[in-house]
Amino acid sequence: MDTKKFLMSICDASGVAGYEEEAAGLIKSAFAEAGCETSIDKLGNVIALKKGRGKFKVAFFAHMDEIGLVVINLDKNGFIRFSQIGGYDQRTLLGQEVIIHGREKVYGVIGIKPPHLTPSGDAMKSVKMSDMLIDTGYGEEKLKELVNVGDIITIKRKTIELKGDVVSGKAIDDRGCVAVMFECLKNLKDFNHDADIYFVSTTREEVGSQGAIVAAYGIEPDIGVALDVDFAKTPELKPTRTCEMGKGTVIQMGPNIHPKVFELFKNAAKDNGIPYQVDVMTTGQSGTDARVVQISREGVASGLLGLPLKYMHTSVECVAMKDVTNMGKLMSAMIMGLNGKDLEEQLCL
Amino acid sequence: MPINTAVLKKVCEAFGPSGHECQVREVILEDLKGCYDDYQVDVLGNLIVHKKGDGPKIMLAGHMDEIGFIVTYIEDEGFIRFSNIGGFDPFMLVSRRVIFANGVQGVIRSERLENFRTELSQSKLYIDIGAPNKEHVEKLVKVGDVAVYSASFYADEYKVMTPALDDRVGCFIMMETLKQLKNPKFDCYFVFTTQEEVGLRGAKTSVYTVDPDYGLAFDVTGAFDTPKALKYSMKMGGGACIKIKDASVICHKAMIDFLTKVAVDNNIKYQYEILDMGGTDTGAIHVHKSGVISGCISVSSRYIHGDAEMCAQSDIEDCINLTVKALETGI
Amino acid sequence: MSVDRTALIKKLTDANGLPGDEGEIRNIIRTELEGHTDSIITDRLGNLIVTKNSGRPGLHIGLSAHMDEVGMAVLRINEAGLLTIGTFGVDPRLLPSKIVSIGKDKVKGVIGTKPVHMTKPDERERAIDLDALYIDIGASTKEEAEKSVSLGDFVYFDSEFVEFGERKIKAKALDDRLGCAVMIEILKSDVKTPITAIFCSQEEVGLRGSAVAANRAHVDVYINLEGTVSADMPSTDAHERVTVLGKGPALSLIDRTSVYLKEYINKIVAAAEENGIPYQYRATGAGGTDAANYHVAHGGTPVIGLATPCRYLHSPVSVCDLRDYENTVKLVRAFIQKYGNSARAES
Repeated sequence: MDTKKFLMSICDASGVAGYEEEAAGLIKSAFAEAGCETSIDKLGNVIALKKGRGKFKVAFFAHMDEIGLVVINLDKNGFIRFSQIGGYDQRTLLGQEVIIHGREKVYGVIGIKPPHLTPSGDAMKSVKMSDMLIDTGYGEEKLKELVNVGDIITIKRKTIELKGDVVSGKAIDDRGCVAVMFECLKNLKDFNHDADIYFVSTTREEVGSQGAIVAAYGIEPDIGVALDVDFAKTPELKPTRTCEMGKGTVIQMGPNIHPKVFELFKNAAKDNGIPYQVDVMTTGQSGTDARVVQISREGVASGLLGLPLKYMHTSVECVAMKDVTNMGKLMSAMIMGLNGKDLEEQLCL
Repeated sequence: MPINTAVLKKVCEAFGPSGHECQVREVILEDLKGCYDDYQVDVLGNLIVHKKGDGPKIMLAGHMDEIGFIVTYIEDEGFIRFSNIGGFDPFMLVSRRVIFANGVQGVIRSERLENFRTELSQSKLYIDIGAPNKEHVEKLVKVGDVAVYSASFYADEYKVMTPALDDRVGCFIMMETLKQLKNPKFDCYFVFTTQEEVGLRGAKTSVYTVDPDYGLAFDVTGAFDTPKALKYSMKMGGGACIKIKDASVICHKAMIDFLTKVAVDNNIKYQYEILDMGGTDTGAIHVHKSGVISGCISVSSRYIHGDAEMCAQSDIEDCINLTVKALETGI
Repeated sequence: MSVDRTALIKKLTDANGLPGDEGEIRNIIRTELEGHTDSIITDRLGNLIVTKNSGRPGLHIGLSAHMDEVGMAVLRINEAGLLTIGTFGVDPRLLPSKIVSIGKDKVKGVIGTKPVHMTKPDERERAIDLDALYIDIGASTKEEAEKSVSLGDFVYFDSEFVEFGERKIKAKALDDRLGCAVMIEILKSDVKTPITAIFCSQEEVGLRGSAVAANRAHVDVYINLEGTVSADMPSTDAHERVTVLGKGPALSLIDRTSVYLKEYINKIVAAAEENGIPYQYRATGAGGTDAANYHVAHGGTPVIGLATPCRYLHSPVSVCDLRDYENTVKLVRAFIQKYGNSARAES
């Protein structure tokens, strides 16, 4: 399958943290069709294994969960009160079309109060999420048959293509990196590597990386690399805190990262002429799965690669396909580069 | 069957801020005599009570610790500065009475502030035990001593109102379950955990010891039925809460569905719980090793972390019935 | 019938027509009305003025609805290939995290926001300033962007017609394509009275189309058809809801631009009650419509204000109840049937 098509199809699927089944199903079958052994663990992680010579284990972790909303109460006249799973900016929610995953998929919209009920000062304020309502168009009784407290809500969004081979939609954080793993797998199709390679699509990253915690425990990798989206530069962001879209993978460095894993990627990029950017995590520990992978069991040589993404945590996240392709290349080049080498030597501090 | 408030009173009145749960443990062990097959106490003070059963291993967890205060500095004039054990809103503390392990009581007050509303913080508060100076205070209270709210337990036909309801009510539900349980379809480990209020630490070590297939915690959650409350759906008296999520965990669908089915099949009143804040032992249990399928049963309570935490007796009863039936049904 | 009806509303609301750019809507209406009219003209401001049954006896009825909708336009293209925007009647709080269509070629773009991770809590309590928002079409330079879009291109929310809930529809521009749809249905029906139907331009920017159309048309009575505010959410106090979905078409009593004649309100109420058609009054004095121009046209012309209630007016997700729309059509027909044969002097 074409990687872009794969990316667009998994982004259209729903998979809010803790409720990843729909996305997981698509991902599992795509990796299985591409020749991996696949399994799903107790927290729902999709683990795809591409067997090599079994000398050591390299695991890639890209989270397939997305942020979402959840029904907290059914109000009068078919309106729904909601809260969130993971973090939205409440200012991105007004006027959105949503799907409530109830007994069946129920369509709704998040409305806005009309101007005559909006005192002029209020137009400067954002509407609080706790004051928003989802309109389902149903009466109270009918809605009770269809929807319950705790039902998950996703923003109804079909992924689109923009100019410049840019793809825009929801959940590209971090299914963009799931697509990268798929791309890497294709690059390695006819290559017999020393390592057993685990492509893990993790769950629950947006609420604390619980998926990666148990997946890393189960796999016990020698090298564990988290793949996540990174803030691409837009006019309102400080250049010191962003990367550039279309300029290649961000190879992250910092205490959360094994320095030799960092070197492995950097050298793979240099040796193969693959574009890359370097960034330094100044927070000490990453907000990604890399944070928990590093401290799994007796310790894992951890890495973190960033895929440049604009407008993170909106329903119009943008990624350049060129970055997806290059990141897949970088990963397969790194794997190929490990062949015939002694792992301990490579990772020795 | 009405709940045994005498036992609940005893459990709630035991002194036990996080890290100092010994007294609570003793009360529970004494009360449970003859109801279990075996028990152990681990290094962090968790009480792990084993009730054998035919089936997969389940860990039930309710925390013994309560929030409290720890003395950090005694001023020459005798005023006691303190740090918090667990989460407090400083506004809630002013004028509260507190009690130390040795029975000495004091009151929390604030320094005089230019603007109370904007300047009040934990560091402006002190405990006054009325002793004239540091020397006298230290005969009664030393740096490192811990205290809790000193309000009393009260129950009438509807409600229970007491400090430390969080989470002695969870312990109580587990205790009553253990007493009523016949032929469990799980191999049951009732774990009365420590240090939940400071980061689910007791649950973390006890789940390692127990290594269960399933996890089920018992805790309090908010009730949002008071005037102008946020729009969450949990109500006091609305039945046993089956947790869907809080800030520490998104419960397993399998566990939510199992508990729901047991409630429906046995005609037990239940409601779903969604909370954006807060956490419970499930948060630590579900990420053990390769993952543990976990959930939580909660009691919808008002005024949590105050000295008059309140819940409905009918909800406690529903929680006990739901737990007993769940364990006897099997997943 | 119902399938045709929703198909018609879908066609009209999926099409784009900002004030001054109503061509797409005019073309749909012209096609729909082929063979059902005496004359169709487009005037200098883009009003589409249609006559039917000209010269027949009876009350000459004027119908009016506006074709234009609220929206945005490209103001500047910056060096990074991003487009800044101006708005016509859109609350800028609705812009973040949306897909838009730009210009005649419907180039797709997105309006993103700063990642939430990089915002401060108090910042999230304030609306994002319009000047801080921009459209990203995927271009990375000004030159690249200019290949696809130009300054002044109109910008529309990408929001398709959806049927949902209990007979609800969601679409953009329900205000006032619903009015246009009512008029199309009436004009395609077998009514016998003389009708002049005005599909107006530029209502949303100051009732500008009707200002000139009112000078051209000479009728005995106008029915001005609108989509009007409904704030019937549980969070709104009952007296502030204006209209309630499902309670029938709303009759105007007064707004900022017209006081509606009691005599004619009574007439249409009589038509509703005789035919068992539900109706409600528009419970506010706020807002303004093209009635402003019609009621002072020539020596003064009576105007009836009739509207289908819509939630979230002027947003990409306006919602109405199809039953209210159907009852609006019924009520217009009932009015024409009851009074159409009477000459103006008698009425």
